[in-house]
Amino acid sequence: MNLITALARLLIFPGVLFAVPAAWFFLWVERKSVALMQGRIGPPFMQPFYDFIKLLGKDTPPRSGIGGLLMKAWPLIAVSAAAGAVGLLPVLPSSGGFQGDLILLLALLELPSMCIIAAGFSSRSIFGEIGSAREAVLSVSYNIVFLLAIVSIAASQRTFSLEALARLPFSPLQILGIVAILVCLPAKLHLNPFSLPNAEQEIYSGPMVEYAGPELAMWELSHGLEWVAATGLVATLVAPHLTIWWLAALVFVALSFGVVLLLSVLAAATARLAIDTTVRFYWQCTLIFAVLAISSALFMRFRS
Amino acid sequence: MNPWNKLMCYCRRRSPWLFHMNGGSCNGCDIELIASLTPRYDAEQLGVRLEGSPRHADILCITGPITHNAVNAIKTVYGQVCGPKAVVAIGSCPATTNVFIDSRTLAGPLNKHIPVDVFVPGCPPRPDAIIQGVAMAAGILAERAAKKLPIEPVVMPLSGSDCGGDCACAAKTESAPSEVQS
Repeated sequence: MNLITALARLLIFPGVLFAVPAAWFFLWVERKSVALMQGRIGPPFMQPFYDFIKLLGKDTPPRSGIGGLLMKAWPLIAVSAAAGAVGLLPVLPSSGGFQGDLILLLALLELPSMCIIAAGFSSRSIFGEIGSAREAVLSVSYNIVFLLAIVSIAASQRTFSLEALARLPFSPLQILGIVAILVCLPAKLHLNPFSLPNAEQEIYSGPMVEYAGPELAMWELSHGLEWVAATGLVATLVAPHLTIWWLAALVFVALSFGVVLLLSVLAAATARLAIDTTVRFYWQCTLIFAVLAISSALFMRFRS
Repeated sequence: MNPWNKLMCYCRRRSPWLFHMNGGSCNGCDIELIASLTPRYDAEQLGVRLEGSPRHADILCITGPITHNAVNAIKTVYGQVCGPKAVVAIGSCPATTNVFIDSRTLAGPLNKHIPVDVFVPGCPPRPDAIIQGVAMAAGILAERAAKKLPIEPVVMPLSGSDCGGDCACAAKTESAPSEVQS
Protein backbone atom coordinates (compact mmCIF):
# COMPACT_ATOMS: atom_id res chain seq x y z
CA MET A 1 0.00 0.00 0.00
CA ASN A 2 1.72 3.19 -1.11
CA LEU A 3 1.14 6.63 0.33
CA ILE A 4 -1.40 7.78 -2.25
CA THR A 5 -3.71 4.76 -1.93
CA ALA A 6 -3.41 4.95 1.84
CA LEU A 7 -4.38 8.64 1.86
CA ALA A 8 -7.21 8.01 -0.62
CA ARG A 9 -8.56 5.23 1.57
CA LEU A 10 -8.31 7.32 4.72
CA LEU A 11 -9.72 10.55 3.28
CA ILE A 12 -12.09 9.55 0.46
CA PHE A 13 -13.43 6.01 0.35
CA PRO A 14 -14.16 4.32 2.70
CA GLY A 15 -12.58 7.05 4.84
CA VAL A 16 -13.70 10.48 5.98
CA LEU A 17 -15.49 11.75 2.87
CA PHE A 18 -17.70 8.65 2.71
CA ALA A 19 -17.75 7.74 6.39
CA VAL A 20 -18.99 11.02 7.90
CA PRO A 21 -22.20 11.22 5.78
CA ALA A 22 -22.59 7.46 6.26
CA ALA A 23 -22.27 7.94 10.03
CA TRP A 24 -25.06 10.53 10.01
CA PHE A 25 -27.16 8.30 7.78
CA PHE A 26 -26.75 5.29 10.09
CA LEU A 27 -27.58 7.41 13.15
CA TRP A 28 -30.74 8.54 11.35
CA VAL A 29 -31.61 4.95 10.34
CA GLU A 30 -31.28 3.89 13.97
CA ARG A 31 -33.56 6.65 15.27
CA LYS A 32 -36.03 6.34 12.40
CA SER A 33 -36.41 2.57 12.63
CA VAL A 34 -36.90 2.74 16.40
CA ALA A 35 -39.57 5.42 15.79
CA LEU A 36 -41.31 3.34 13.12
CA MET A 37 -41.36 0.30 15.37
CA GLN A 38 -42.94 2.39 18.12
CA GLY A 39 -45.62 3.66 15.71
CA ARG A 40 -44.12 7.15 15.42
CA ILE A 41 -42.94 9.08 12.37
CA GLY A 42 -39.54 9.91 13.74
CA PRO A 43 -36.89 12.51 12.99
CA PRO A 44 -36.39 14.06 9.53
CA PHE A 45 -33.66 12.70 7.26
CA MET A 46 -31.14 15.47 8.01
CA GLN A 47 -31.63 15.34 11.79
CA PRO A 48 -28.14 14.05 12.79
CA PHE A 49 -26.60 16.74 10.57
CA TYR A 50 -28.74 19.46 12.21
CA ASP A 51 -27.77 18.16 15.64
CA PHE A 52 -24.08 18.15 14.71
CA ILE A 53 -24.08 21.72 13.36
CA LYS A 54 -26.12 22.98 16.31
CA LEU A 55 -23.72 21.40 18.79
CA LEU A 56 -20.77 23.03 16.98
CA GLY A 57 -22.39 26.43 17.64
CA LYS A 58 -22.95 25.94 21.37
CA ASP A 59 -20.74 27.26 24.17
CA THR A 60 -18.67 24.96 26.32
CA PRO A 61 -18.27 25.41 30.06
CA PRO A 62 -14.86 26.90 30.93
CA ARG A 63 -12.40 24.26 32.10
CA SER A 64 -8.88 24.89 33.27
CA GLY A 65 -5.78 22.83 33.89
CA ILE A 66 -4.73 19.44 32.64
CA GLY A 67 -8.20 17.96 33.30
CA GLY A 68 -9.81 20.45 30.92
CA LEU A 69 -7.17 19.73 28.29
CA LEU A 70 -7.74 15.99 28.59
CA MET A 71 -11.51 16.44 28.33
CA LYS A 72 -10.97 18.28 25.04
CA ALA A 73 -8.54 15.62 23.79
CA TRP A 74 -10.57 12.43 24.38
CA PRO A 75 -13.35 13.06 21.81
CA LEU A 76 -10.75 14.06 19.17
CA ILE A 77 -8.75 10.86 19.76
CA ALA A 78 -11.97 8.83 19.56
CA VAL A 79 -13.02 10.44 16.27
CA SER A 80 -9.62 9.98 14.62
CA ALA A 81 -9.38 6.35 15.79
CA ALA A 82 -12.83 5.54 14.46
CA ALA A 83 -12.12 7.29 11.14
CA GLY A 84 -8.85 5.35 10.85
CA ALA A 85 -10.69 2.09 11.50
CA VAL A 86 -13.14 2.86 8.69
CA GLY A 87 -10.23 3.73 6.38
CA LEU A 88 -8.67 0.31 6.95
CA LEU A 89 -11.70 -1.67 5.77
CA PRO A 90 -10.91 -3.55 2.53
CA VAL A 91 -14.01 -2.48 0.63
CA LEU A 92 -12.65 -2.08 -2.88
CA PRO A 93 -11.02 -5.07 -4.59
CA SER A 94 -7.20 -5.01 -4.68
CA SER A 95 -7.12 -1.76 -2.74
CA GLY A 96 -3.96 -2.89 -1.00
CA GLY A 97 -3.32 -3.68 2.60
CA PHE A 98 -0.59 -5.07 4.75
CA GLN A 99 -0.02 -8.14 6.84
CA GLY A 100 -1.37 -7.45 10.31
CA ASP A 101 -3.83 -4.69 9.42
CA LEU A 102 -6.54 -6.74 11.18
CA ILE A 103 -4.72 -6.17 14.48
CA LEU A 104 -4.49 -2.44 13.80
CA LEU A 105 -8.21 -2.35 12.96
CA LEU A 106 -9.13 -4.12 16.20
CA ALA A 107 -6.94 -1.72 18.19
CA LEU A 108 -8.51 1.31 16.51
CA LEU A 109 -12.01 -0.08 17.12
CA GLU A 110 -11.14 -0.43 20.79
CA LEU A 111 -9.78 3.12 21.20
CA PRO A 112 -13.13 5.00 21.27
CA SER A 113 -14.36 2.84 24.14
CA MET A 114 -11.08 3.46 26.01
CA CYS A 115 -11.55 7.18 25.40
CA ILE A 116 -15.10 7.01 26.77
CA ILE A 117 -13.81 5.35 29.95
CA ALA A 118 -11.07 7.96 30.34
CA ALA A 119 -13.47 10.81 29.54
CA GLY A 120 -15.91 9.72 32.24
CA PHE A 121 -13.18 9.63 34.85
CA SER A 122 -11.62 12.93 33.80
CA SER A 123 -15.00 14.68 33.94
CA ARG A 124 -14.95 13.99 37.72
CA SER A 125 -18.72 13.72 37.85
CA ILE A 126 -20.13 10.90 39.95
CA PHE A 127 -22.44 9.88 37.08
CA GLY A 128 -19.54 9.95 34.65
CA GLU A 129 -17.51 7.72 36.91
CA ILE A 130 -20.34 5.20 37.29
CA GLY A 131 -20.79 5.21 33.50
CA SER A 132 -17.08 4.69 32.94
CA ALA A 133 -16.97 1.81 35.40
CA ARG A 134 -19.89 0.20 33.59
CA GLU A 135 -18.24 0.75 30.22
CA ALA A 136 -15.03 -0.86 31.51
CA VAL A 137 -16.87 -3.92 32.85
CA LEU A 138 -18.89 -4.21 29.64
CA SER A 139 -15.79 -3.89 27.47
CA VAL A 140 -14.01 -6.66 29.41
CA SER A 141 -17.07 -8.89 28.96
CA TYR A 142 -17.81 -8.54 25.25
CA ASN A 143 -14.23 -8.16 24.05
CA ILE A 144 -13.31 -11.73 25.03
CA VAL A 145 -15.99 -13.06 22.69
CA PHE A 146 -15.38 -10.43 19.98
CA LEU A 147 -11.61 -10.93 19.84
CA LEU A 148 -11.77 -14.74 20.09
CA ALA A 149 -14.25 -14.84 17.21
CA ILE A 150 -12.09 -12.68 14.94
CA VAL A 151 -8.88 -14.44 15.93
CA SER A 152 -10.47 -17.81 15.19
CA ILE A 153 -11.37 -16.71 11.65
CA ALA A 154 -7.87 -15.33 11.16
CA ALA A 155 -6.14 -18.35 12.71
CA SER A 156 -7.93 -20.84 10.51
CA GLN A 157 -6.56 -19.00 7.45
CA ARG A 158 -3.10 -18.35 8.93
CA THR A 159 -3.25 -14.66 8.06
CA PHE A 160 -3.85 -11.35 9.78
CA SER A 161 -4.47 -9.49 6.54
CA LEU A 162 -8.00 -8.09 6.18
CA GLU A 163 -7.95 -8.37 2.41
CA ALA A 164 -7.24 -12.12 2.55
CA LEU A 165 -10.03 -12.62 5.11
CA ALA A 166 -12.50 -10.63 3.02
CA ARG A 167 -11.74 -12.88 0.03
CA LEU A 168 -12.57 -16.08 1.93
CA PRO A 169 -15.33 -18.35 0.62
CA PHE A 170 -18.11 -19.11 3.07
CA SER A 171 -17.35 -21.77 5.65
CA PRO A 172 -19.24 -22.96 8.75
CA LEU A 173 -16.44 -21.60 10.91
CA GLN A 174 -16.75 -18.15 9.37
CA ILE A 175 -20.51 -18.13 9.97
CA LEU A 176 -19.95 -19.08 13.61
CA GLY A 177 -17.42 -16.25 13.94
CA ILE A 178 -19.74 -13.71 12.32
CA VAL A 179 -22.62 -14.69 14.62
CA ALA A 180 -20.33 -14.20 17.63
CA ILE A 181 -19.27 -10.77 16.31
CA LEU A 182 -22.93 -9.79 15.73
CA VAL A 183 -23.79 -10.73 19.31
CA CYS A 184 -21.06 -8.37 20.53
CA LEU A 185 -21.98 -5.39 18.33
CA PRO A 186 -24.92 -4.08 20.44
CA ALA A 187 -22.61 -3.84 23.43
CA LYS A 188 -19.85 -2.24 21.37
CA LEU A 189 -22.26 0.39 20.02
CA HIS A 190 -24.07 0.86 23.38
CA LEU A 191 -27.38 -0.27 21.93
CA ASN A 192 -30.42 -1.14 23.87
CA PRO A 193 -30.15 -4.40 25.72
CA PHE A 194 -26.59 -3.35 26.63
CA SER A 195 -26.89 0.46 26.72
CA LEU A 196 -25.66 0.54 30.31
CA PRO A 197 -22.79 3.06 30.10
CA ASN A 198 -24.95 5.86 28.67
CA ALA A 199 -28.19 4.99 30.47
CA GLU A 200 -30.12 8.25 30.44
CA GLN A 201 -32.75 7.50 33.01
CA GLU A 202 -30.37 6.08 35.62
CA ILE A 203 -27.05 7.90 35.38
CA TYR A 204 -27.76 10.97 33.20
CA SER A 205 -25.98 9.64 30.07
CA GLY A 206 -22.93 8.46 31.98
CA PRO A 207 -19.46 9.46 30.78
CA MET A 208 -20.88 12.18 28.51
CA VAL A 209 -22.64 13.98 31.36
CA GLU A 210 -20.24 16.96 31.52
CA TYR A 211 -19.70 17.32 27.78
CA ALA A 212 -21.32 20.14 25.85
CA GLY A 213 -21.12 21.89 22.50
CA PRO A 214 -18.41 20.96 19.97
CA GLU A 215 -16.95 18.27 22.24
CA LEU A 216 -20.32 16.52 22.42
CA ALA A 217 -20.60 16.89 18.63
CA MET A 218 -17.29 15.02 18.32
CA TRP A 219 -18.62 12.24 20.57
CA GLU A 220 -21.74 11.94 18.42
CA LEU A 221 -19.56 11.80 15.31
CA SER A 222 -17.27 9.17 16.81
CA HIS A 223 -20.32 7.12 17.75
CA GLY A 224 -21.54 7.33 14.16
CA LEU A 225 -18.11 6.40 12.79
CA GLU A 226 -18.02 3.44 15.16
CA TRP A 227 -21.32 2.36 13.60
CA VAL A 228 -19.77 2.55 10.13
CA ALA A 229 -16.59 0.71 11.18
CA ALA A 230 -18.30 -2.06 13.16
CA THR A 231 -21.04 -2.76 10.63
CA GLY A 232 -18.49 -2.40 7.84
CA LEU A 233 -16.28 -5.05 9.43
CA VAL A 234 -19.19 -7.51 9.35
CA ALA A 235 -20.09 -6.42 5.81
CA THR A 236 -16.56 -7.02 4.50
CA LEU A 237 -16.45 -10.47 6.11
CA VAL A 238 -19.86 -11.43 4.68
CA ALA A 239 -19.54 -9.81 1.25
CA PRO A 240 -18.77 -12.05 -1.73
CA HIS A 241 -15.53 -11.28 -3.52
CA LEU A 242 -16.23 -8.97 -6.47
CA THR A 243 -13.76 -7.57 -8.96
CA ILE A 244 -15.84 -4.61 -10.20
CA TRP A 245 -15.13 -1.74 -7.84
CA TRP A 246 -18.49 0.04 -7.93
CA LEU A 247 -20.38 -3.22 -7.38
CA ALA A 248 -18.12 -4.00 -4.41
CA ALA A 249 -18.81 -0.57 -2.93
CA LEU A 250 -22.56 -0.96 -3.48
CA VAL A 251 -22.64 -4.42 -1.87
CA PHE A 252 -20.65 -3.04 1.08
CA VAL A 253 -23.12 -0.20 1.64
CA ALA A 254 -26.15 -2.50 1.28
CA LEU A 255 -24.76 -5.09 3.70
CA SER A 256 -23.82 -2.40 6.26
CA PHE A 257 -27.34 -1.01 5.98
CA GLY A 258 -28.76 -4.49 6.63
CA VAL A 259 -26.66 -4.89 9.77
CA VAL A 260 -27.73 -1.42 10.97
CA LEU A 261 -31.39 -2.34 10.48
CA LEU A 262 -30.91 -5.62 12.34
CA LEU A 263 -29.26 -3.90 15.30
CA SER A 264 -31.86 -1.09 15.40
CA VAL A 265 -34.73 -3.57 15.42
CA LEU A 266 -33.05 -5.38 18.31
CA ALA A 267 -32.59 -2.06 20.12
CA ALA A 268 -36.25 -1.09 19.64
CA ALA A 269 -37.54 -4.49 20.74
CA THR A 270 -35.58 -4.82 23.97
CA ALA A 271 -35.20 -3.01 27.27
CA ARG A 272 -31.99 -2.28 29.13
CA LEU A 273 -30.49 -5.14 31.14
CA ALA A 274 -28.80 -4.71 34.49
CA ILE A 275 -25.01 -4.83 34.58
CA ASP A 276 -24.76 -8.21 36.30
CA THR A 277 -27.19 -9.79 33.82
CA THR A 278 -25.17 -8.37 30.93
CA VAL A 279 -21.87 -9.64 32.27
CA ARG A 280 -23.40 -13.05 32.95
CA PHE A 281 -24.84 -13.12 29.42
CA TYR A 282 -21.44 -12.54 27.83
CA TRP A 283 -19.39 -14.74 30.16
CA GLN A 284 -21.83 -17.65 30.40
CA CYS A 285 -23.95 -17.73 27.23
CA THR A 286 -21.93 -16.29 24.35
CA LEU A 287 -18.48 -17.44 25.40
CA ILE A 288 -19.52 -20.86 24.12
CA PHE A 289 -19.67 -19.46 20.55
CA ALA A 290 -16.19 -18.08 20.82
CA VAL A 291 -14.70 -21.19 22.40
CA LEU A 292 -16.37 -23.33 19.74
CA ALA A 293 -15.01 -21.09 16.99
CA ILE A 294 -11.44 -20.95 18.28
CA SER A 295 -11.28 -24.68 19.05
CA SER A 296 -12.55 -25.61 15.59
CA ALA A 297 -10.05 -23.17 14.06
CA LEU A 298 -7.20 -24.79 15.95
CA PHE A 299 -8.49 -28.26 15.04
CA MET A 300 -8.56 -27.29 11.37
CA ARG A 301 -5.02 -26.00 11.59
CA PHE A 302 -3.67 -29.18 13.12
CA ARG A 303 -5.45 -31.39 10.61
CA SER A 304 -4.25 -29.54 7.54
CA MET B 1 -26.02 37.19 7.77
CA ASN B 2 -23.30 35.03 6.23
CA PRO B 3 -24.14 31.48 5.03
CA TRP B 4 -22.60 29.78 8.06
CA ASN B 5 -24.72 31.82 10.48
CA LYS B 6 -27.78 31.16 8.33
CA LEU B 7 -27.12 27.40 8.45
CA MET B 8 -26.50 27.58 12.20
CA CYS B 9 -29.79 29.46 12.74
CA TYR B 10 -31.64 26.85 10.63
CA CYS B 11 -30.09 23.95 12.54
CA ARG B 12 -30.78 25.53 15.95
CA ARG B 13 -34.45 25.84 15.07
CA ARG B 14 -34.60 22.17 14.05
CA SER B 15 -32.73 20.55 16.89
CA PRO B 16 -34.13 21.58 20.28
CA TRP B 17 -32.86 19.27 23.01
CA LEU B 18 -34.82 19.52 26.23
CA PHE B 19 -33.94 19.20 29.86
CA HIS B 20 -36.92 18.73 32.09
CA MET B 21 -36.97 20.01 35.66
CA ASN B 22 -39.62 19.77 38.33
CA GLY B 23 -39.97 22.82 40.57
CA GLY B 24 -42.48 21.34 43.00
CA SER B 25 -45.04 20.31 40.42
CA CYS B 26 -47.99 17.99 41.10
CA ASN B 27 -46.59 15.80 38.27
CA GLY B 28 -49.49 16.63 35.94
CA CYS B 29 -47.44 18.79 33.57
CA ASP B 30 -44.53 16.34 33.73
CA ILE B 31 -46.82 13.59 32.48
CA GLU B 32 -48.02 15.85 29.64
CA LEU B 33 -44.42 16.69 28.69
CA ILE B 34 -43.61 12.98 28.42
CA ALA B 35 -46.89 12.47 26.53
CA SER B 36 -45.68 14.94 23.88
CA LEU B 37 -42.84 12.50 23.06
CA THR B 38 -45.08 9.43 22.81
CA PRO B 39 -46.37 7.99 19.49
CA ARG B 40 -49.56 10.06 19.47
CA TYR B 41 -47.81 13.47 19.47
CA ASP B 42 -44.24 12.47 18.47
CA ALA B 43 -42.23 15.63 19.09
CA GLU B 44 -39.16 13.93 17.62
CA GLN B 45 -40.42 15.04 14.20
CA LEU B 46 -39.17 18.51 15.18
CA GLY B 47 -35.84 17.07 16.32
CA VAL B 48 -36.85 17.24 19.99
CA ARG B 49 -34.85 14.98 22.26
CA LEU B 50 -35.21 14.70 26.02
CA GLU B 51 -31.65 14.76 27.36
CA GLY B 52 -30.36 13.34 30.61
CA SER B 53 -27.84 16.08 31.30
CA PRO B 54 -28.46 19.86 31.37
CA ARG B 55 -25.08 20.32 29.65
CA HIS B 56 -26.51 18.74 26.48
CA ALA B 57 -29.74 20.73 26.48
CA ASP B 58 -30.80 23.88 24.63
CA ILE B 59 -34.20 24.37 26.22
CA LEU B 60 -34.92 24.10 29.92
CA CYS B 61 -38.51 22.99 30.59
CA ILE B 62 -39.65 23.83 34.12
CA THR B 63 -42.89 22.71 35.72
CA GLY B 64 -44.38 23.48 39.13
CA PRO B 65 -44.93 26.57 41.31
CA ILE B 66 -41.22 26.85 42.38
CA THR B 67 -40.90 25.92 46.03
CA HIS B 68 -38.22 27.41 48.29
CA ASN B 69 -36.37 24.10 48.09
CA ALA B 70 -36.31 24.17 44.31
CA VAL B 71 -35.04 27.74 43.74
CA ASN B 72 -31.32 27.09 44.19
CA ALA B 73 -31.47 23.87 42.17
CA ILE B 74 -33.22 25.69 39.31
CA LYS B 75 -30.65 28.50 39.33
CA THR B 76 -27.81 25.95 39.32
CA VAL B 77 -29.29 23.96 36.45
CA TYR B 78 -29.99 27.18 34.50
CA GLY B 79 -26.30 27.98 34.86
CA GLN B 80 -25.32 24.49 33.72
CA VAL B 81 -27.21 24.73 30.42
CA CYS B 82 -24.73 26.05 27.86
CA GLY B 83 -25.70 28.99 25.69
CA PRO B 84 -27.54 29.75 23.47
CA LYS B 85 -30.40 28.58 25.66
CA ALA B 86 -34.09 29.20 26.27
CA VAL B 87 -36.49 28.51 29.12
CA VAL B 88 -40.04 27.19 28.73
CA ALA B 89 -42.35 27.39 31.76
CA ILE B 90 -44.87 24.58 31.41
CA GLY B 91 -48.27 24.96 33.07
CA SER B 92 -49.94 27.75 35.00
CA CYS B 93 -47.90 27.10 38.16
CA PRO B 94 -44.53 28.55 37.10
CA ALA B 95 -46.34 31.51 35.47
CA THR B 96 -48.59 32.56 38.36
CA THR B 97 -48.20 29.88 41.10
CA ASN B 98 -51.80 28.95 40.18
CA VAL B 99 -53.96 27.63 43.07
CA PHE B 100 -51.00 27.63 45.44
CA ILE B 101 -50.80 31.43 45.39
CA ASP B 102 -49.79 33.06 48.72
CA SER B 103 -48.49 29.77 50.08
CA ARG B 104 -45.59 30.29 52.50
CA THR B 105 -43.68 27.38 50.96
CA LEU B 106 -43.44 29.02 47.55
CA ALA B 107 -40.83 31.32 46.03
CA GLY B 108 -42.53 31.52 42.62
CA PRO B 109 -43.42 32.61 40.01
CA LEU B 110 -40.47 31.41 37.95
CA ASN B 111 -39.62 34.69 36.21
CA LYS B 112 -38.62 36.23 39.56
CA HIS B 113 -35.56 33.95 39.49
CA ILE B 114 -34.54 33.22 35.90
CA PRO B 115 -35.53 34.82 32.57
CA VAL B 116 -38.36 32.82 30.97
CA ASP B 117 -38.86 32.87 27.18
CA VAL B 118 -42.15 31.04 26.68
CA PHE B 119 -45.00 30.45 29.11
CA VAL B 120 -47.29 27.56 28.18
CA PRO B 121 -50.40 28.10 30.34
CA GLY B 122 -52.82 25.34 31.29
CA CYS B 123 -53.42 23.04 34.23
CA PRO B 124 -52.02 20.88 32.74
CA PRO B 125 -51.40 22.17 29.18
CA ARG B 126 -52.13 19.80 26.31
CA PRO B 127 -49.13 18.07 24.69
CA ASP B 128 -49.80 19.98 21.42
CA ALA B 129 -49.48 23.25 23.33
CA ILE B 130 -46.21 22.07 24.90
CA ILE B 131 -44.84 21.12 21.47
CA GLN B 132 -45.87 24.51 20.13
CA GLY B 133 -44.16 26.21 23.06
CA VAL B 134 -40.97 24.25 22.51
CA ALA B 135 -40.99 25.05 18.78
CA MET B 136 -41.47 28.74 19.59
CA ALA B 137 -38.64 28.62 22.11
CA ALA B 138 -36.35 27.02 19.54
CA GLY B 139 -37.18 29.83 17.09
CA ILE B 140 -36.58 32.49 19.74
CA LEU B 141 -33.28 30.85 20.73
CA ALA B 142 -32.05 30.71 17.14
CA GLU B 143 -33.01 34.30 16.42
CA ARG B 144 -31.54 35.61 19.64
CA ALA B 145 -28.26 33.77 19.05
CA ALA B 146 -28.05 35.07 15.48
CA LYS B 147 -28.82 38.71 16.34
CA LYS B 148 -27.36 38.66 19.87
CA LEU B 149 -30.60 40.08 21.30
CA PRO B 150 -31.27 40.40 25.05
CA ILE B 151 -33.52 37.84 26.73
CA GLU B 152 -37.16 38.88 26.93
CA PRO B 153 -40.19 36.79 27.89
CA VAL B 154 -42.97 35.85 25.47
CA VAL B 155 -46.43 34.66 26.45
CA MET B 156 -47.92 32.03 24.18
CA PRO B 157 -50.91 33.40 22.27
CA LEU B 158 -53.29 30.51 22.89
CA SER B 159 -54.07 28.54 25.98
CA GLY B 160 -53.62 24.82 25.51
CA SER B 161 -55.79 23.33 28.22
CA ASP B 162 -59.08 25.05 27.43
CA CYS B 163 -59.27 24.19 23.75
CA GLY B 164 -60.58 20.68 24.43
CA GLY B 165 -58.73 19.33 21.43
CA ASP B 166 -61.09 20.70 18.75
CA CYS B 167 -59.46 24.05 18.03
CA ALA B 168 -56.62 22.40 16.10
CA CYS B 169 -53.76 23.92 18.04
CA ALA B 170 -51.32 22.20 15.73
CA ALA B 171 -52.84 23.72 12.61
CA LYS B 172 -52.21 27.28 13.82
CA THR B 173 -48.47 26.87 14.02
CA GLU B 174 -46.38 26.15 10.96
CA SER B 175 -43.76 24.11 12.72
CA ALA B 176 -45.95 21.66 14.65
CA PRO B 177 -45.67 17.98 13.64
CA SER B 178 -47.32 17.18 10.37
CA GLU B 179 -49.38 14.17 11.38
CA VAL B 180 -50.78 14.63 14.85
CA GLN B 181 -53.36 11.89 15.16
CA SER B 182 -56.67 12.80 16.70
